[in-house]
Amino acid sequence: MSIVTPFKTAAEHALSAQFSAAKAELPGSLPVRKLREDAFAGFEAKGLPHRRLESWRYTDLRALLREAKPLAIDASATPAIEARLDELALDGVRLVLIDGAFSAELSTLEALPDGVAIHSLAEALVSGREDLTRVLAGPGIAQGDTGLMLNTALMRDGVFIEIADGTELAQPIAIVSLASGEAERAIFHRSVVVAGQGVKATIFEIGEGVGAEASQINGAIVFETGDESDVQHLRIVTGQAPETVQVQTLMASVGGHAKFESFALVCDAATLRQQYFVEYAGEHSEVGLRGVNLLGGSEHSDVTLVMDHAVPHGVSREMFKTIIGGEATGVFQGKVIVRKYAQKTDGGMRSNTLLLNDGATMFNKPELEIFADDVVCGHGATVAQMDGEQLFYLMARGLPRREAEALVLQAFAGEAVEFVQDESLRGMVMDRIEAWLARRDVAAVAGAV
Amino acid sequence: MLEIRNLVVKIADEDKQILNGLSLTVNDGEVAAIMGPNGSGKSTLSYVIAGKEDYEVLDGEILLDGENVLEMEADARAAAGIFLAFQYPLEIPGVATMTFLKAAMNAQRRARGEAELLTPDFIKAVNGAADRLGIARDMLRRPLNVGFSGGEKKRMEILQMALLSPSMCILDETDSGLDIDALRIVAEGVNALRDPRRGFLVITHYQRLLDHIVPDTVHVMSKGRIVKTGGKELALELEKNGYAGYADAA
Repeated sequence: MSIVTPFKTAAEHALSAQFSAAKAELPGSLPVRKLREDAFAGFEAKGLPHRRLESWRYTDLRALLREAKPLAIDASATPAIEARLDELALDGVRLVLIDGAFSAELSTLEALPDGVAIHSLAEALVSGREDLTRVLAGPGIAQGDTGLMLNTALMRDGVFIEIADGTELAQPIAIVSLASGEAERAIFHRSVVVAGQGVKATIFEIGEGVGAEASQINGAIVFETGDESDVQHLRIVTGQAPETVQVQTLMASVGGHAKFESFALVCDAATLRQQYFVEYAGEHSEVGLRGVNLLGGSEHSDVTLVMDHAVPHGVSREMFKTIIGGEATGVFQGKVIVRKYAQKTDGGMRSNTLLLNDGATMFNKPELEIFADDVVCGHGATVAQMDGEQLFYLMARGLPRREAEALVLQAFAGEAVEFVQDESLRGMVMDRIEAWLARRDVAAVAGAV
Repeated sequence: MLEIRNLVVKIADEDKQILNGLSLTVNDGEVAAIMGPNGSGKSTLSYVIAGKEDYEVLDGEILLDGENVLEMEADARAAAGIFLAFQYPLEIPGVATMTFLKAAMNAQRRARGEAELLTPDFIKAVNGAADRLGIARDMLRRPLNVGFSGGEKKRMEILQMALLSPSMCILDETDSGLDIDALRIVAEGVNALRDPRRGFLVITHYQRLLDHIVPDTVHVMSKGRIVKTGGKELALELEKNGYAGYADAA
């Protein structure tokens, strides 16, 4: 399909001007500069993604970005940021990004376990390492996405985590990405995780807004995992200023006989698009992508994923649970590709939604593209209201309506949360879900029951 | 004491009237049975007493110990002492039975201004009641009613009844789907809860249940009203002659 872009929007013009002005000082060795130039040329040809592009149909970034906010160049710790970090009380390795820039000062790197090397992405980008350029590019299926192209062109910083073969980490490594909200800014960050053979590790990303000003955030994380590795990823996106528009891309290339699982909790995240591009680099691997989206007000949360089974004997599981109140909108687009030689693929995809009231909207678009003939693949998408019979049963046992609803909703979300392997992180996710349910506007829900 | 006076009820979204001026009293310590053919409104009566929202009360009142419960939501009625053992207990995936039991017991205690249960006391109470009803501990860890057999679900209802200690128990077709052994266990569970301060309203099609839970009074319901009241021998008479003779009385 050819996309006609008749004119450039103000934001597109501004992004071009920003790239021209910033490209000389954006960090990068020669190959990285080339990567940036190519990505930006790709972006310029296509423009911001919009609703006539199938993969961006429900999240019209061109309409959402009326203007391009000034690029965040540097940021320093504010008392609000320090207070937030204290509240999060994260043990172990904590890597802090403020407006996308790595802060060595706020990060805790002293207790780095053996086998783990950490650099800021900016440092890594200028190091000239060839393998990094390859990893940065991500899987083939991610190429051509203009949201990602913008990230590649303008990424300023992030973290680069290398975990040596055979390393088993007892504690998660946390990446805390805070939007300072001091001024309106555009934040482009990317992190890279290269996990060697047999690595067992958990990476926990939390993205929060601290101040009142809205940000435009374009973040990405790239995983390259080795054979027989078990890498768990948990992401929480929360606390964003209401006008914030955010795109988060996860790319993963998963080794053979390996496990890669990602779970994302979205609550109070304003407008968010999460996109996943996962490819199997080896056989007999298992990938799980799951998440819980809690939406209210005029929030918008889009989960778009592409799972590329290019080799045989791959297992994939997707499970996204969405609870929508207010006038909010949820989107799930899941595409599972099973290529011709990917025999014995086992894929299962689910998107389940509960609508709490009339104004809530959900778009579900599961797709299977199967070219192999000996596979098991299924998908299911449901959109429903809370079950009035269940609620009556619980109330007839004495639970007040709100508590009964919270129990039903918690159980609904909990089915996906169970897959978070790390116990303390699983507890943190459930606590946040409970807190969201407790704050929920009861009046808005009453009509749905 | 439960007093129902001239209750007229229709389905909320339809014009269909189900209860047509029903009056009934169940005293403390009394076990009253309601028998009646399919469609006579027995289950509707149980739902309306418990506070289900799908019905509209057009006339009459329901008093529990002199207090009108019709203005209360289902949870407030439960805290006031009404317990409905469901004909078809609902499955609640993702909610462990123990979690649910604790939430229910504490919600009622809070509503009555009592302190919440301490966990050891709670566990002791649940385990004791479960043992008496032959409910395996492992069932208590499973999601509420999910994958339970018909008999297990009914036993779980009686377990809840024992733990919540209501003053007015309504059993809606508790015998449906039970084999003889399960019926006996459930009936024994109910009999153990018979108490001078507690009333029971046992709704059933068949006399069979009343061999095990022997009622003090038997009411015959037809077309949304009580058409005859008698002692336990009335159940035997119905078993013999059927409901045909009562159709005209309504």
